[in-house]
Amino acid sequence: MPDVAHAHHPALAHHFDDLGQQQEAATLGMWVFLVTEVLFFGGLFLVYSIYRVWYHDAFVAASHELDVTLGTINTAVLITSSLTMAMAVHAAQLGNRRLLMIFLVATMALGAVFLGIKAVEYYDKYTHHHIPGAGFAFEPHELSRHAQIFFSLYFAMTGLHALHMIIGLGIMTVMLWISWRGRISAEYYIPIEISGLYWHFVDIVWIFLFPLLYLIGRHA
Amino acid sequence: MATVVHPARHYLNEGYGIRSWLLTRDHKRIALLYLAGVTFFFFLGGAMAVMIRLELATPAGDLVTDETYNKLFTLHGVLMVFFFLIPAIPAVLGNFLVPIMIGAKDLAFPKINLLSWYIYIIGGLFTFYALVAGGVDTGWTFYTPFSTVASTTNVVPTALGIFITGFSSILTGLNFIVTIHRMRAPGMTWFRMPLFLWSTYATSLINVLGTPVIAITVLLVALERVFHFGFFDPRLGGDPVLFQHLFWFYSHPAVYIMVLPAMGVVSELVAAGCRKPVFGYPFVAFASLGIAVLGFLVWGHHMFVAGESVYSALVFSILSFLVAIPSAVKVFNWTATMYKGSVSWETPMLYAYGFIGLFTIGGLTGLFLAAVGLDVHVTDTYFIIAHFHYIMVGGTIMGYLGGLHYWWPKISGRLYNEGLAKLSAGIIFVGFNLTFFPQFIVGYLGMPRRYHAYPPDFQVLNVLSSAGASILGVGYLIPMVYLMWSLRYGRIAGSNPWGAVGLEWTTQSPPLTENFGETPVVTWEPYEYHARVEGHVA
Repeated sequence: MPDVAHAHHPALAHHFDDLGQQQEAATLGMWVFLVTEVLFFGGLFLVYSIYRVWYHDAFVAASHELDVTLGTINTAVLITSSLTMAMAVHAAQLGNRRLLMIFLVATMALGAVFLGIKAVEYYDKYTHHHIPGAGFAFEPHELSRHAQIFFSLYFAMTGLHALHMIIGLGIMTVMLWISWRGRISAEYYIPIEISGLYWHFVDIVWIFLFPLLYLIGRHA
Repeated sequence: MATVVHPARHYLNEGYGIRSWLLTRDHKRIALLYLAGVTFFFFLGGAMAVMIRLELATPAGDLVTDETYNKLFTLHGVLMVFFFLIPAIPAVLGNFLVPIMIGAKDLAFPKINLLSWYIYIIGGLFTFYALVAGGVDTGWTFYTPFSTVASTTNVVPTALGIFITGFSSILTGLNFIVTIHRMRAPGMTWFRMPLFLWSTYATSLINVLGTPVIAITVLLVALERVFHFGFFDPRLGGDPVLFQHLFWFYSHPAVYIMVLPAMGVVSELVAAGCRKPVFGYPFVAFASLGIAVLGFLVWGHHMFVAGESVYSALVFSILSFLVAIPSAVKVFNWTATMYKGSVSWETPMLYAYGFIGLFTIGGLTGLFLAAVGLDVHVTDTYFIIAHFHYIMVGGTIMGYLGGLHYWWPKISGRLYNEGLAKLSAGIIFVGFNLTFFPQFIVGYLGMPRRYHAYPPDFQVLNVLSSAGASILGVGYLIPMVYLMWSLRYGRIAGSNPWGAVGLEWTTQSPPLTENFGETPVVTWEPYEYHARVEGHVA
């Protein structure tokens, strides 16, 4: 709530009237940025949808090459990390610094587990010659050309998602640092909240990627 | 205006070292950093245009090789579109004016604002590297599969340059949206905002929604070139036309990124130049939003000859015609504003007249191109070149120069030489029309774009065009001279040399770093010329 008592808060930037206005601006800014991100991934989802319709059989066959077990575990890991992120925001709102830092570390650990499992999956694709390019191999051979498009999309989409995860881990490191320095309080927790928005967004992207790449068409 | 004095303290003398500029968070200084950047790229892109027009002065391809020519028009397009036209008005005039016009101390995110300038410069360096490393020859449209498979030139550095610069547009747009939503001074309601802000807001929406799509598209092109992903390569099952869809989904709205801010500038110029409120304010405001929305629905008209189905061509054609409605609303409303106004002939107004006339020609020839049958006839001819130069050069640059002249006294605190300014406005108008009007004719007669040689029958029209280009070039150089000159020797402007209304004219020139001594409270409607400027003698 904007109010005069906040006027001299150390986190208040010179060009805002009060902390309330500053927090509203930061939140709106992050939402607008996420809109941009939706359109950014949207281009890839469009490309995926078109080729999936065109090359249905190849996409179904290629999708079977992905490890559903690892994908499911990763989905669970990521959803749990969203839970710990939400708990971190809650702890920040309560001004509980210790709990905030615990949940931030938990979120980062889960994010790192996700990336680790992803790396195992990537390595598995490498050993099976499923990396697009000259060394690409796929059985049955007649679907190979279009299966390569599936794997191009798989690497582009999950790679871009993983890049967002890595950026997210960087943001969380900064959040951990400023929490440790005691800059977060019950009246100024906006950095944690907007970092949380970003984290949840990256999570939601995966919620769409997982069924598109791993699940649909499996029983066709 | 006898006793105006230069203010003792203002944003320009707040600090002098190079650090005080390169690390500034003041939106006004960042605007000037952008001014330096866009001016550099404008003249670099202009140098390419000079080479192109010199080559086309004779029918034979005698000045440069065909390969060099391909690189010239590619870099001319890339530099002008991505590094001049798109950032020019928002990042220079918008950065300077958005906070002042709403009575704020700065944009919502000053650090991000500085960051977007650095991103712009880094993107420019990539493109500059592509230029000195031997150029790129795909045309500014990067059509696949040529760009991904065939071209042996520096596609990836150029694509990365565009990718990076895109984030500068996104962050500037984001900053403007949040600032306009959250930072308005007490009493500054949406419908009290100057129309320039409505245009800037609409532009920012396109920036935020469209730019990420071109970003992912050029990223896919780069991935395809480097890792041989088969998104657009037909040999691998990819679809080159899909690239065109993705490309134009951004690049058509990008035309409105370029022209909407110029329309906003013209609304300000017309009101101040006629001393009247803009006729039908809400219509002009919503026309900006209407253009932004419709702009996203018409990209298919660039692809009438790319194997589009008859049905979708028809839909895109009709939607393209619809863009004429909000555009015409603006032109009619500016004209109605002038009617019985006290119409001025000062330099900013000359540019506004130029804009209205040239934009009308550019817009009407746009309707030719929205009509499927006619478009098929003139696709890839000089008719297209002439059409979009009337919009981008005749529209955007006229608006940009008009705005730069109008707000120059506010930016610099000094007046420029009015006589020279009028002269160069006239030279630019004549030079522009001489350059581009013959291209309508030669294009309609069938001269294709992107060739360095042409049949001798077309020479007269091409010589006219090249002669016009040299006049236009001189017209662009003169303001460089007298605007720089005015920084030191110009007369002191005072806070309101035009006797205009609007918050930016209520503060000193040049403004304080924090823009206003104390936060203004707005109690008046926009463009209240009849009431507030009585007794003001300019």
